Amino acid sequence: MGRSAPVQVLADAPEGAASPLTSMRRRQVREAGIELVITLVALTGIAAVVLIFVFVAREALPLFSDPEVAKEVDLGRMFLPQVYRQGRPPGFIWQPVGNIPKYSMIPLFIGTLKVTFVSMIAATPIGIAAAVFTSEFAPRKLKEILKPTIELLAGIPSVVLGFFALMVMATWLQSAFGFSFRLNAVVAGLGLALTIVPVVYTVAEDALAAVPRSLREASLALGATRWETAFKIVLPAAAPGVLAAVVLGFGRAIGETMIVLMASGNAAITSWSLGDSVRTLPATIAAEMGEVVFGGAHYAVLFFLGIELFVFTFVLNTLAAVFVRRFVRRVSGARA
Amino acid sequence: MSVAARKTVGAGLTALTGAAAVLVVGMLALILFDVIRGGAGRISWRFLTAAPEGGMMAGGIFPAIYGTAVMTLLMTVAVMPVGVMTAIYLHEYAPPDSRLAALVRVAVTNLAGVPSIVFGLFGLGFFIQFVGRGLDRAFSEPGVLRYGQPALVWAALTLAILTLPVVIVSTEEALRAVPRDHRDASLALGGTKSQTLWRVVLPGALPGILTGAILAVARGAGEVAPILFTGVAYFLPDLPSSVFSQFMHLGYHTYVLATQSPDVEAARPLLYGTVLVLLALTFALNLVAIAIRTRTRTRAAAAH
Repeated sequence: MGRSAPVQVLADAPEGAASPLTSMRRRQVREAGIELVITLVALTGIAAVVLIFVFVAREALPLFSDPEVAKEVDLGRMFLPQVYRQGRPPGFIWQPVGNIPKYSMIPLFIGTLKVTFVSMIAATPIGIAAAVFTSEFAPRKLKEILKPTIELLAGIPSVVLGFFALMVMATWLQSAFGFSFRLNAVVAGLGLALTIVPVVYTVAEDALAAVPRSLREASLALGATRWETAFKIVLPAAAPGVLAAVVLGFGRAIGETMIVLMASGNAAITSWSLGDSVRTLPATIAAEMGEVVFGGAHYAVLFFLGIELFVFTFVLNTLAAVFVRRFVRRVSGARA
Repeated sequence: MSVAARKTVGAGLTALTGAAAVLVVGMLALILFDVIRGGAGRISWRFLTAAPEGGMMAGGIFPAIYGTAVMTLLMTVAVMPVGVMTAIYLHEYAPPDSRLAALVRVAVTNLAGVPSIVFGLFGLGFFIQFVGRGLDRAFSEPGVLRYGQPALVWAALTLAILTLPVVIVSTEEALRAVPRDHRDASLALGGTKSQTLWRVVLPGALPGILTGAILAVARGAGEVAPILFTGVAYFLPDLPSSVFSQFMHLGYHTYVLATQSPDVEAARPLLYGTVLVLLALTFALNLVAIAIRTRTRTRAAAAH
């Protein structure tokens, strides 16, 4: 009887029973409301990526829809060789300000590739080697100091690294290699490497550290030395993760603006020499957006460059994510 | 290979990888050394509190410090609620195999990889041309641009989107560090999910969330490319009077002094002073964040 008393109360006294029920319902409604708000706010990330693409593309749209803009520039004039003066061989020129604006993107692509190439050649081996050292060879105490210290390099604003490349590295490199231009692809690329190394290092070190300890123990138990274990067992096992690190670094290198803007010399020349001044896609946007007529051809072309950058980095990031997923599956498979 | 040969190769490779690590740390030390050596003599109370004079060749950098601080503050106010709530959704609310959560994660990863200059273009195309001009059409007299031009608030919002992934990743890590038992205990005592979140999970995750905020501030304070077209100005006679004014910025100040100064040698001391202030600011913030994170991680490892 004592047990069924609350039920009795529920049945007998409707007004007394209503309050726990409705308060329970009110609680549920409030909980559902909170969950809904949080879920909606969580969509901001998705919305941001979509809006970035849509609104950068929107400003580039006049290239394809506005006849006034089409008179000055179209896809052919952006990518194919053009004859600018009678009797000269066709060429690629980026010279958006002048009597005949020239919008060939080839010099900018070549410049971006040159700078990215130099930075990757420098940053990939250094970043991976430092990661291998941290993960496989360094004593524990050293490891605990080394990782945050190298990650601090990533915390230096790129404008400060650009300043360092411009004021200090350019002078050293010129006296070391005798460049005819003080600011060139090598200076910009090595300056850029300063931001790429921490990216490659962090992701690669995480991948190496995630390789199951059992693999190392098996290798050592079979008589392999520590370096053999590191280079023949751990590094191959972590390969997709390390590859993801390189791809992420590459994406970062293509899009980095301030270092290149300050240290590359900003001359849009079609040349493969690393000693020439170069101009990259992001630096072009940063340097020229301040002087364009809003809504004009030049303005639309700069936004078009932005869309290209967005697409390149999107593809590279997706690729890196695929590698990471493959790596995670491999590591968890080894554990099972 | 003989045992001796294997040992030699091993020592060589260890030394080589060690040399790479030393090189990276060495470059970091070199940058710090150069900036401190060049800028330390320049820092004075006057330099930090006075406005620039004599065509930027004399005086101080107070307006740039002020502009950087106000913009970063606005950015933090905008990014923290969104970032923390997104992380709460991902870690506390989304079912483990949720398609939506997977999509949010993909978007956030990609957002982190978008080049900073593209954020600048986005800020110009979306906040200024679309939102700002829209507000002008609705509220300003015809022909007057009050909102649809570069301003403090547009720069801050652009940077808020740029730093969103930083906050989400740090907050999620912080939520992960709160032991499952604490949640279970609260739920078992009759607490609802949101009460558990508010009174148990978030207080436990607070240091990690703080780390995220500090990292976002450090990142936002140093980025220049996204604010180039969205609000920064090289020189302004007055401090910004509202969030719709333009502002001066330490990073942009560095860029202009380094590249567009008519007399580089004369500008050098001022330039080094500015860089030192900017670097000290971002570096101090990063150090604090790392210190908090290391402590939280050790504690989380001990709790599990």
